[in-house]
Order: sequence, then C-alpha cells, then structure tokens
Amino acid sequence: MNEKNSIKLEYEILQNDFTRAGEASSNIKKILKQLGIEAKIVRKVAIATYEAEMNIVIHSYGGIIKVIITEQYIDIYAIDKGPGIKDIELAMKEGYSTAPNHIRELGFGAGMGLPNMKRCSDEFNIESTPNGKTEVYMRIYISK
Amino acid sequence: MEEYFHSVVLDKDRCNGCTNCMRRCPTEAIRVRDKKAIIIKERCIDCGECIRVCPYHAQQTQLDTLDKLKKYKYKIAISPMTMYGQFNLDKDMNKVFKGIKMLGFDEVFDEGYAADIITLIIRENLKNNQQPKPLISSLCPAVLRLIQIRFPSLIDNIIRIESPMELAARLARKNAMERYGLKSDEIGIFYITQCPAKVTSIKNPIGIKNSHVDGAISIKQIYGDIVKNSNTVEKIEAFRTASTYGIDWARAGGQSKSIGVDNYIAVDGIDNVIKVLEEIELGKLNNIEYFEGLACVGGCVGGPLCVENPFIAKSRIRRLAEKRNDEIKVSREYAIELYDSGFACWTEKIQSKGAMKLDENIVEAIKKIEEIKKLTSLLPGLDCGSCGAPSCRALAEDIVRGYSKIEDCIFKD
Repeated sequence: MNEKNSIKLEYEILQNDFTRAGEASSNIKKILKQLGIEAKIVRKVAIATYEAEMNIVIHSYGGIIKVIITEQYIDIYAIDKGPGIKDIELAMKEGYSTAPNHIRELGFGAGMGLPNMKRCSDEFNIESTPNGKTEVYMRIYISK
Repeated sequence: MEEYFHSVVLDKDRCNGCTNCMRRCPTEAIRVRDKKAIIIKERCIDCGECIRVCPYHAQQTQLDTLDKLKKYKYKIAISPMTMYGQFNLDKDMNKVFKGIKMLGFDEVFDEGYAADIITLIIRENLKNNQQPKPLISSLCPAVLRLIQIRFPSLIDNIIRIESPMELAARLARKNAMERYGLKSDEIGIFYITQCPAKVTSIKNPIGIKNSHVDGAISIKQIYGDIVKNSNTVEKIEAFRTASTYGIDWARAGGQSKSIGVDNYIAVDGIDNVIKVLEEIELGKLNNIEYFEGLACVGGCVGGPLCVENPFIAKSRIRRLAEKRNDEIKVSREYAIELYDSGFACWTEKIQSKGAMKLDENIVEAIKKIEEIKKLTSLLPGLDCGSCGAPSCRALAEDIVRGYSKIEDCIFKD
C-alpha cells in the first residue's frame, strides 16, 4: 500500500459522553462522501463506527477510533481500556447485552452493537483482555 | 442547463455582499465574490433560507405573472393547503377561492383534495411496504434534494408516491379534458405557491419526467388582490373540496396524523431535518415507521412565499384540523385505483447527486482531503465569513477545488 494515498483519522472517545457520541461517525461519513464513495458503503461505515463509538462510551473507560481510508478499503480500529469482554462468543450473539439499566433506559444496550458491526464489515476481528484492552478491527472494501 | 434549474435567484443590484445568506445556507451553496453573493447551482436545494434572511430582498424566487394565463384557453389555479392558514378562521374559504378565480382563472382546484387522496393511498401503502425504515415522506422537495445531495444512502427510504401538488395538477387536467373536450396544451395549470422548491419541481421534477403544472404564482404576489376580490363576492360557489385530513398537511406533523401512523417523527426547519437525517443514516432510528421532514419551520405554512406569520397560520390549521368534524370525501376504492394504476406514483429513479465530491478519481480525492486537513489547521478557525466562504473549512475546500486562495483569509499575511 502506498502510504501517501491514504487518509488517517483518529478520534478520542470519552466514557459516558453521550452528548458527543456520534460525532466521530458523522465526521467520517462526511469525508467518505467528499471522496465520492458509494452511498451503500458510506452507510455501512457509518453504522459500524457509530456502534463502535457507542460501545466505547457505554462499556469502557474511554478509547479511540482510528480510521484508515485507502482507495481500496476502509479500516476501522476501535480500541479502548476497560473491564474487557469476558466471553466474546456470547457478546457476539444478537440480543446479548451487559449494559446496565440506566443505559437501556436511554435506548441503548439492546445487544445489537457487535453483531451490527460484524454485519457491516467484510473483515472483522475482536480481541479483549479482562481488565485491559479491547480492540475491534473492521475492514470494509470500497470495491471488490 | 435544465439539470440545475433553480427557482432561487439573486438580484445583483440589491445584493451588497453582507454574508447573511452565505452563513445560513444549509448546504454551503453560497459564496460571496466581489461583494456579491453567488449560488453554487449543484448544491442549491431551493429551501429558500436565503430568501428569508436577506435584509435587502436580493434573494428571490423566479415566478410567473398573471400575464402567462393569456397563453392558455382554459386556466386552472391550484390553491395550496397553506391558503387555509392565510386568513382568519371565520373567513369563508369559498370566498377566498372565488377571489383567486376572479384573477382570470376558469377553475380553482383545492390541493387539499389531492392530499386527501394521498392520505388514503399512503394508509394503504403502509400495510405492505417493503422499503427500509423509517419511510421518508415525499412531500417536501427541498428535503428530497437535500437527500440527493447529502444523504444519498437514504434515497431508498423515500416513499414513491406523488406530492399533492402534482396529483392535483394531473387530476385537474384530466377532468378538464374529459369534461370540456379540451386538448392538453389548451389547459394552463398554475400552482399558487408558498414554496420556492415547489417552483423548481415544476421545471425540474423529482420522480417523474414532466410536471403537469405549467406555472407558479406566489401567495405573496396575489394576496392583496385575493383579499380585495373576496370582499366583493356575493354569490358563493362551493370550491372547497378538501377535508381537514388533507388540510392538515400544511403544518408539520399534520401529514403523519392524517395518515394515522403512531410511530412517526415530524421534524421542521432544515437544520433540524439535517440532524435527524444524520441519525437515520447512522441506523439509530430503524424502529421509526415514518419520517416527515419539512424544510420550513412550522411546515409548509412557514414557506417563504406565504404572507401570514407561520405560527399564526400553523395555529389556524391546527384548530381547523383538530375539530376533525368531517371525513375524507373520496372513496378508498378510488384512491386505491389511482395508486394501482400508477396515476399517483413516481415513475423515475431518484438519482444521487455527488455535489460534495472533491474529485472523480478517488486517489486524487484522498490527496485533496489531506490538503484540506493541512489548510484547515493553518486557518484561524473563526468562521468569520470575510473571505467569502461560510467557514474556514469551507475556504480550505474551496482552495483545494481551485476556487479560492489562502490570501482570501484576512487574517493571513
């Protein structure tokens, strides 16, 4: 990959900051539109980054979203520090959620975050250490 | 040329380059160059915000005059739902319609009647609609153009049913042809309008090839004459054909209420619409059934070509509609027939418009984004507008697109 022909974006995501949540995904979306990327792909990236953003806001102590855009694909890294995910297989199940009640009352925590992220991406990987780092990696191809 | 026809135009003599419109434009379509505003045609959605805020009335709508009526043998005026909000509730609307007719029309068609029919059609359509949710109302042409330009991924959510104006025009033309044996080109259909975006839709329609409307005259242009004429009416004819369900479409939320969806969001004001479309695009509102987005505050009663204050007009429509002392006069069967035959539906695909795109070639576009990032960090971030662009970031984009130079910033030496 030619390093010159890529865009790197990085956003800091704060724990429990619901008012700013969505800012990173909106920003990324805008750039993709300026690049002239197909609407369907833009929507996939938007949903994937938004869910990742919300996961960091709700479940972690804070983290970052890193996006690398090349002419062939978009890579998204969501990295946070926090309690980590005990059982990844279970967390990937639709409807499974560890979000506490006060979060569910806000309309979040329906247990669709990770499954949605996986559904939107062409490549997906998640690694997590209990009481440590959780890293989600997603790749979405612009053209196949 | 046809592709970018816009009803919103600038009167250069009146413009003094004050930047009010430029700051207000929701699609960053306005720049100030050499002390005059210019509109970037590809980005304009004809929402009319600039018309509203211009202190010098330099932003205007291209409209027809009553002179154009002479071209036609049989002239029909379509009176909009918003007309019901322009007069005190004790005013007899039949007198208002007669006052419109006296301007030289052979017939006045109540747009609210078409809204009645579309209400029935949407109720039917919702029963087995397979489109992605939330469904997006097709009423507001400014919102439709906004989606084409800024939210193309939501085009598939737009409900493919005609707006009341267009259905009214089709019905009026068909009736006149059948009743009087007229040829189509002998009939002139004029929309009395509150809305510059509707005017654009006549020359450059969305979802269909050609509009059945031949001209547009604003409420403002003829309001005084309507008042004068209506006060002289003695013999009252029954013009009003709309029910309170159709009339309710004139205010934000009225459409959703008439259709009878419970799980809807009605949003008025173009900036608010943008915020909610952002949320829909992020997948946050998939559980909502119907989205009614209207560019003007209050809904169509807030249209820049209305005379009455939007809040007063809205309150009148509300009081009229909340009575619900009538039923839609059209039969459900007739509405379904218009729907099944395609008479009230769109025929053309809605195209996305890449007006925000920086370059056709993605590699070049990527380079330009990097340049914009660099330039933005060099600019002061005051968004003062002195350079003639609405924000520092917009100036950076303009520089990269080759329309401006960094020296345009008055804080750069």
